[in-house]
Amino acid sequence: MTDALLKAENLTASYGQIEVLHGISFEVYDNEIAVILGANGAGKTTTIRALSGMVETTGTITFKKEDISQFESDAIVRKGVAHVPQGRGTFPELTVEDNLRVGAFIRSDNDVENDIQNCYDTYPVLFERRTQTAGSLSGGEQQMLAVSRALMSRPELLLLDEPSLGLAPQIVEALFERFLIMNKDYGTTMLIVEQNAQLALGMADRGYVLEAGEIVIEGAAESLVNDEAIIRAYLGG
Amino acid sequence: MDLFLQRLFDGLTNGSAYALIAVALVLIFKATTLVNFAQGEQAMLGAFIVLQLWNWGLPMWVAVLAGMLISGILAAGLERTFIRRFDPADHLPLVIITLGLFLVLNAVAAIVWRYDPLAFPQLFPHGSAITIGNARLSWYSIFAFGSCILVLLLLHVLLNRTKIGLSFRAVSSNLESSRLCGIKVGPTLQFGWALAAAAGTFGASIYAANPVLQIEPSIMLRALIFSITAAALGGLDSLWGALLGGLTIGFIQSVLVQYIPFIPNEMTLTATVVVLLIVLTLRPSGFLGTKAVERV
Repeated sequence: MTDALLKAENLTASYGQIEVLHGISFEVYDNEIAVILGANGAGKTTTIRALSGMVETTGTITFKKEDISQFESDAIVRKGVAHVPQGRGTFPELTVEDNLRVGAFIRSDNDVENDIQNCYDTYPVLFERRTQTAGSLSGGEQQMLAVSRALMSRPELLLLDEPSLGLAPQIVEALFERFLIMNKDYGTTMLIVEQNAQLALGMADRGYVLEAGEIVIEGAAESLVNDEAIIRAYLGG
Repeated sequence: MDLFLQRLFDGLTNGSAYALIAVALVLIFKATTLVNFAQGEQAMLGAFIVLQLWNWGLPMWVAVLAGMLISGILAAGLERTFIRRFDPADHLPLVIITLGLFLVLNAVAAIVWRYDPLAFPQLFPHGSAITIGNARLSWYSIFAFGSCILVLLLLHVLLNRTKIGLSFRAVSSNLESSRLCGIKVGPTLQFGWALAAAAGTFGASIYAANPVLQIEPSIMLRALIFSITAAALGGLDSLWGALLGGLTIGFIQSVLVQYIPFIPNEMTLTATVVVLLIVLTLRPSGFLGTKAVERV
């Protein structure tokens, strides 16, 4: 196998004195979907925030063979990592269209208008609401906007922090279907952090299970679906 | 009737100056939800720089533009030195710092220029543009109001039509997501401070250029109180609200207090605050402020 697109080695993360991740290692390869599963408080969000330079970390994070572990958040975005934070992370006072433009902030090419149009083609509801403020959108629409906003930076790796949180099951299903299409048709590499193990493993290539700040199980997604421990803990078997 | 008209014209004059300082306050509030108490003193210092440059022989409008640039650079330095090291979400230390800057800047101006009132260059033509009966609308009033509108239009275009404006609005909306979009938050806020200081210096220059005023280090003390009230009336985060608020305060002062006989002149300050309380009771987000509408 070739080198991983993203590689975390012995990664720890802490808020002040409290260490939340105790030296975890994982990899995400080109064109694949990787998921990190875990219960509340396992450190899922911290993991993804550590990758974006939003918490204090030790250990190394390698992206495209470059050590980005001490980079500032904005520099990491410029390297090609987009992050959809938990709770959508849209700009509530800005219009839908301005949200998409902010997403393209790091770009200076002439394709931005085209990409905005692509977002509208994917999610026609965003086109209908393009002059409304993002804060007036429903939860599902905001998540569509948040994902579209992240894609506007044309990332090589998309980090998604519990995209299913607080959304109705049909909306979650549509959202994940879209992730799969993005991955299969455009080769977008994704790292998704989720509680919804069934859904996430169903579409992923690789999975990790995080428990109390440590990775306890890892492997190919299809093998994890059949793993006794996971079935017991997450799949309600 | 003449007196009433005259008071109306006076209100327009003062209101325009308050509006310009209020705009500066709004710019920083929009970005950081912080009221910069040093804004008035930064503007006063800027106006003194304009005066100094003029004394050294620069044409007056060149002096104003250069003064705006210099005070913008100074503000960028203040932001970098005193503001950025603190957590933007924790307001108390920042408020105390802006209060400290207020005192320091006032002292600096007093040391350099002393407390003696100095004549400020006339920026606009002398005399009255319109005379109705005994009421005179001076050219100064017209130009003060006109330049206020001009500044607002320029800021409006800058914030809504340019990339730096977009990043400024993004940072004021959501700090964390701005970072995740690759925006450098520190320099963007610094830009906001510089922009606000430049707008403030412009406002103080217009204010000091009033033929009936002279410049001295405490010239902005009263104006700052009125400007903060104006900004609050307008909604604190709305540029056009600042204009509306500034004019309202100007009219309250001149029409309500100085025209209606039974309201004593000493009530000027009180009357503005009373009106502020009434407006905020009826419209908590001011005339044009953003109502926090958010679905989750």
